[in-house]
Amino acid sequence: MNSIIQFTSRLIRGQSTSTDVHKFNGGVHPPGYKDDSTTRPIGTLAIPEKLILPLRQHVGYIPKIKVHVSDHVLKGQMLAEAEGSVSAAIHAPTSGTVTAISKEVIPHPSGLPDMCITLTPDGKDTWATLQPVDWRNTAKKDLVASLRLSGIVGLGGATFPTHIKVRADGKSHVHTLVINAAECEPYITCDDMLMRERADEIVKGIEIVQYLLGAENCVIGIEDNKPEATIAMSEACKSLANVSVKAVPTLYPSGDARRLIHLLLGTEIPHDKRSTDVGVQVFNVATVLAIYRYFAFGEPAVNRIVTMTGSVNSPQNFEVLFGTPLQSLITAAGGAKADTTHFIMGGPMMGFDLPTIDVPITKAANCIIAATPDLFAPPPPAMPCIRCARCADACPVNLQPQELYWFAKSDNFEKARDYNLFDCIECGCCTYVCPSNIPLVQYYRYAKSEIIAADKAKEAADLARERNEFRLARIEREKLERAQKHAERAASAKTDEPKTEGEKPANTMAADDAKKAAIAAAVERAKALKLAVAHAEGQINNSQEETKATPAEAQSHTNESAMAEQAKVEQAVTEQAKKDKQALIAAAIERAKAQKLAAAQAGVAPKNIENISATVQAEISEIDAIREKVKQTVDAKNSD
Amino acid sequence: MLTALYIMLGLALLLGVVLGISALLFKVEGDPLVARIDAILPQTQCGQCGYPGCKPYATAIAKGEADINQCPPGGDAGAHALADLMGVEYKPLNAEHGAPKPKSVAFIDENTCIGCTLCIQACPVDAILGAAKHMHTIIASECTGCELCLAPCPVDCITMQPITETPDNWKWKYPIIPIKALPSTGSNAPL
Repeated sequence: MNSIIQFTSRLIRGQSTSTDVHKFNGGVHPPGYKDDSTTRPIGTLAIPEKLILPLRQHVGYIPKIKVHVSDHVLKGQMLAEAEGSVSAAIHAPTSGTVTAISKEVIPHPSGLPDMCITLTPDGKDTWATLQPVDWRNTAKKDLVASLRLSGIVGLGGATFPTHIKVRADGKSHVHTLVINAAECEPYITCDDMLMRERADEIVKGIEIVQYLLGAENCVIGIEDNKPEATIAMSEACKSLANVSVKAVPTLYPSGDARRLIHLLLGTEIPHDKRSTDVGVQVFNVATVLAIYRYFAFGEPAVNRIVTMTGSVNSPQNFEVLFGTPLQSLITAAGGAKADTTHFIMGGPMMGFDLPTIDVPITKAANCIIAATPDLFAPPPPAMPCIRCARCADACPVNLQPQELYWFAKSDNFEKARDYNLFDCIECGCCTYVCPSNIPLVQYYRYAKSEIIAADKAKEAADLARERNEFRLARIEREKLERAQKHAERAASAKTDEPKTEGEKPANTMAADDAKKAAIAAAVERAKALKLAVAHAEGQINNSQEETKATPAEAQSHTNESAMAEQAKVEQAVTEQAKKDKQALIAAAIERAKAQKLAAAQAGVAPKNIENISATVQAEISEIDAIREKVKQTVDAKNSD
Repeated sequence: MLTALYIMLGLALLLGVVLGISALLFKVEGDPLVARIDAILPQTQCGQCGYPGCKPYATAIAKGEADINQCPPGGDAGAHALADLMGVEYKPLNAEHGAPKPKSVAFIDENTCIGCTLCIQACPVDAILGAAKHMHTIIASECTGCELCLAPCPVDCITMQPITETPDNWKWKYPIIPIKALPSTGSNAPL
């Protein structure tokens, strides 16, 4: 009876074969094409002629460059150090010379150039002094700090700095470590080959990560299309009691962290929580191996396994140094076939077309596919949405892709956000099943980047508003402070004045008065002089301008008679002006003479000229200078 | 009849008192409309609208003194948002106040700068760093691109540099489905 119930419930759940894995909603079954690249073992590449290392190889802040052009560096030497909390270091993949620090095209969907360090290998491949860490006898805090220097990031493709993931946040306790070896995307086999060939090292890495996280259990999730890898991993972790290998049904996207946790543990993580909130942490299988090699041998992140497949003569997995030009990899795989049109980085579902062939292999590059029109037919033209909701059935995140599509298409971003657009993992299942061939994921990416840009702009505007308000408040405050200071000074001056005057003896007061009178007289004279000079000069200038202007005006006339007439009139005017000028000059001379006389008379008055203060003396000398100038002008006019 | 009147009168008095108290208790400081308009404005503080900043312009709009189409940095989207908020008809940007430009940041040519501090005094968001007779520099992340520092510079050492696209600020484009012209099949081809 019991068995019948179990059987029927399995039938209902659609799980007639797998025993203890759960199932997530949706997902698709794209053809795998994985056998192409698993027939050959992992190959190695010769050291290329140059390595281009982009600074942007991980999620987070750009690391800070530690080397200069023409520096000689050793393999494993740090070239750029992690800056800020979420960042990762970059190391020299081989020994050689730094030949450039410049902008180069990076493997990014934008196809834009970004800062890169170019290294020309010396061919010796000399390691720097490596410092293995005895992790069993080292404090966890020191291990995490050390991992920060390793440059290791998530090698599944997300490239999240690993040291952040093992850092204890003090809030949640991780009880289960999930090793992501599902590798659900078509074509990609780098994790598969890694498990087949290096299962022992992976298991040692699992031990370290378990220790770091304090996780009692570990589950390795492998899709059931990789039986060799499953066997190899089961063999390797036989000795460990708490580590189990589970085969999960082949269903894209089982390799997504949340989907895999659901498959293996049956736990669904709320969309606004992290996996660590439910006590689970996920690591990619290649990341675990990198951690082992770092602690056991001191090797930082300098290489990774890359699947080179698609339309190449011998598809294969290679251990590639970071920064290796894509061309070297293609050559190693027997060259691209003639009908290759472009190259895809990542899988066919989530990857992107590389902008050029001159891009380097980075930490994110798990797979490069040479694409041909046969393998990847250009998408047929998109037809209108027929509201079939197949996308909603296929969505592994249980979103409403058709709604999101409407909102993204009509730039209704607020609504798209309300429908949890940011929970979309861009897996491409909806696009894959859409009978109208609508590029749905492209719409979601567009909407996401528009929302992110708008949020950033809003943040900048808020900052600007805050700074502007602060500035206005500061100006207001300074004005008040100044007013207060003035008031204080005025008050203190008032209280001081009567005191000093009262104390002054009578004779000095008399002297002061005399001095003041003299100064006042001098100032008066100076003012009169200045006025006179200005007047005279102005008159002269005016008349000069007039005389200058007349010939120019006369020339502009073409009619001769008119010109002659004009000339007569002009002459009359100039004569009149001359007369006026002379009269004015005469008047000016008169005034100047009068001034001179007055000055001569006044000059005698202050006998105590030596006692006058420096400023007054300066004023007097200025007046003298003006007098001199007037005299010269007058003389010049007289001689005319 | 009378009872009904009293009840209504009593109710009216009671509600009046409640409303009066709540008006005092829940008094809103400032004009919420100004704040809402200010939130739409781009906070460039450029003064192209004819007001000495975004907030004065927001106040003028709220009072009905200014039109909604005087903010070139806000662009067409800003004018639409203001029209929606104010419940008025959308108007295209008034060309008198200038045309929208791509977002730029000021850049000081440090070889030419004489350290006169005039630009520092002009900057509405304190995004210029420097001191008298010392070289000045722009804090690019805080520059709003208002161009107010250009005019006072006596040596014209400030230029506006449009923000270039980098992998950091790059955006996915709206999906455009290319329309392919079918190869011409000749005049005798069946239609």
